Amino acid sequence: MARIESEIGTPKGGLLKWIDDRFPLTSTLKEHVTEYYAAKNFNVWYVFGVLAMVVLVIQLVTGIFLTMNYKPDANEAFASVEYIMRDVEWGWLIRYMHSTGASFFFIVVYLHMFRAMLYGSYKKPRELIWIIGMLIFFVLMAEAFAGYLLPWGQMSYWGAQVIISLFGAIPFVGDALVEIIRGDYSISDITLNRFFALHVIALPLALVALVFVHIVALHHVGSNNPDGIEIKENKDENGVPKDGVAFHPYHTSKDLVAIIVFLMIFSFVVFFAPEMGGYFLEHANFEPANTMATPEHIAPVWYFTPYYAILRAVPSKLWGAILMAAAVLLPLFLPWLDRSRVRSIRYRGWIYRTALALFVVSFLMLGYLGVQPAEPLYVLLARIGTVIYFAFFLLMPYYTSIDKTKPVPDRVVYHAE
Amino acid sequence: MSDADDVDRNRRHFLTVATAVTGGAGVVMASIPFLASLKPSARAQALGAPVEVPVSMMEPGAMVRVTWRGKLVYVVRRDDEMLARLDKTDPLVRDPESAVAEQQPEFAMNQYRSLRPEYLVVEGSCTHLGCAPLAEFQVEPEENWYGGFFCPCHGSRFDLAGRVYKGVPAPTNLRVPPYRFVRDDIIIIGAEPGVA
Repeated sequence: MARIESEIGTPKGGLLKWIDDRFPLTSTLKEHVTEYYAAKNFNVWYVFGVLAMVVLVIQLVTGIFLTMNYKPDANEAFASVEYIMRDVEWGWLIRYMHSTGASFFFIVVYLHMFRAMLYGSYKKPRELIWIIGMLIFFVLMAEAFAGYLLPWGQMSYWGAQVIISLFGAIPFVGDALVEIIRGDYSISDITLNRFFALHVIALPLALVALVFVHIVALHHVGSNNPDGIEIKENKDENGVPKDGVAFHPYHTSKDLVAIIVFLMIFSFVVFFAPEMGGYFLEHANFEPANTMATPEHIAPVWYFTPYYAILRAVPSKLWGAILMAAAVLLPLFLPWLDRSRVRSIRYRGWIYRTALALFVVSFLMLGYLGVQPAEPLYVLLARIGTVIYFAFFLLMPYYTSIDKTKPVPDRVVYHAE
Repeated sequence: MSDADDVDRNRRHFLTVATAVTGGAGVVMASIPFLASLKPSARAQALGAPVEVPVSMMEPGAMVRVTWRGKLVYVVRRDDEMLARLDKTDPLVRDPESAVAEQQPEFAMNQYRSLRPEYLVVEGSCTHLGCAPLAEFQVEPEENWYGGFFCPCHGSRFDLAGRVYKGVPAPTNLRVPPYRFVRDDIIIIGAEPGVA
């Protein structure tokens, strides 16, 4: 007994030792920060993961402060948002940070996902990181959708009406499911209340938990790099990857630059263009929800428009909903659809490069068409975009296996000196 | 006791399965109150009571909007000329005789889709994704348009009986809610169908 007391009871190594005896502080910091090695040739595409975390923190903090003044009540919600904008000190800033943060979340996450497609970051052994990341994306979509109902404007109401109706397309259980989602025979105060609960408690908890698991999985297998090679295969005598540098201080100092640039752009939008011409905050939403009249032109917020364009491109309710769901879910299977021997686009052949370029064009085009009215020319273009979108994924096992790849180097390559 | 051979694996397996099944059943039963709480509450159901619509003041060709259960309901008074246009749209619509059962009470399974031909009562909710269709009763023969409802969201079209045109995203005719006439000039929406 006396021996144990002398080991644990007396603080020989100071406070840090006292903590380390009870909680793995130093070893955790080493494993995940000061001795987590990531490739030294990271380029600008590798900053969006950290930026997504920055936006998450912005959303959590501004969200908590908005909750202090917002009222989740159909009679008071719209007015309480206006109250925040006009009467609460700095309320406008907190609210604009939150609404702008939502759009920036999607910008950053879409770029983060595109990075994975550029450098094959979803390929073995990182399949689970990709899947967890896709789950984060799904929860983020639900979170954004629930949040958009809360201001109880015209677009909040009718946008929710359209999206919730989609579940009604499911055969047999559709109508009952819609009633359970709304909690009423139409979108009402009850719906607003439960969306509030989802938006401020359930989904953020899920989001934070998934982000944690995403990073645990990443640190278990190690980060990919623009050459798509395993830096762990080339270690020095101390067991440190020759092409790796410690996350802290090397990558953190680089990330800090990215965060500052990001915050400059973010602040510019918050202060000078928080509505972004009706794309970040839609014009119709400055009018309180009117259950008797649909706005002339109804479109979701920009980050959902590619999927919305796919929905509209199909002249059948059920198939439109099925294709839309498939478009959202398909990227989940990328790790198995991609049969290429190499990860990085640097060593892939012209077929994948062309396919990826076409995919990007179709995604952007669908995004544009999603905010346009449903006119014949736009519907035709949306159908073409939809075909390209699906062809990219469904034909991938074929074209990635016949694509000519270049030899992959053993060590990472610098392209900029 | 430390000898692994002493372990009765069958008994251990039985206990493991029994514990898992019992616990699982408990989880299922405990989840019922939570799931049931998501259904429309007693108050929401009470607010879904029938509504009365006086129609005596309506001009022919006029439409009133009312809400029942938070849903938008259109009541249109159609004159003989408007009813005659339904013959022209018969070949243009998907379900001219309103045969899809769940879209209307039995009394409205006909060409004019109403209890009395003069009054059309339909839910103002596009059967595609729930937008409120616009009333556009004018005739534009070159586009095969004989008046009806146009959904601005995704371009679905319905005729003056709420019958869906072919080749539009909406799959079925506009829903006819249950209703009846209390008097010749009062419709009660949400009440069991039939004539008083």
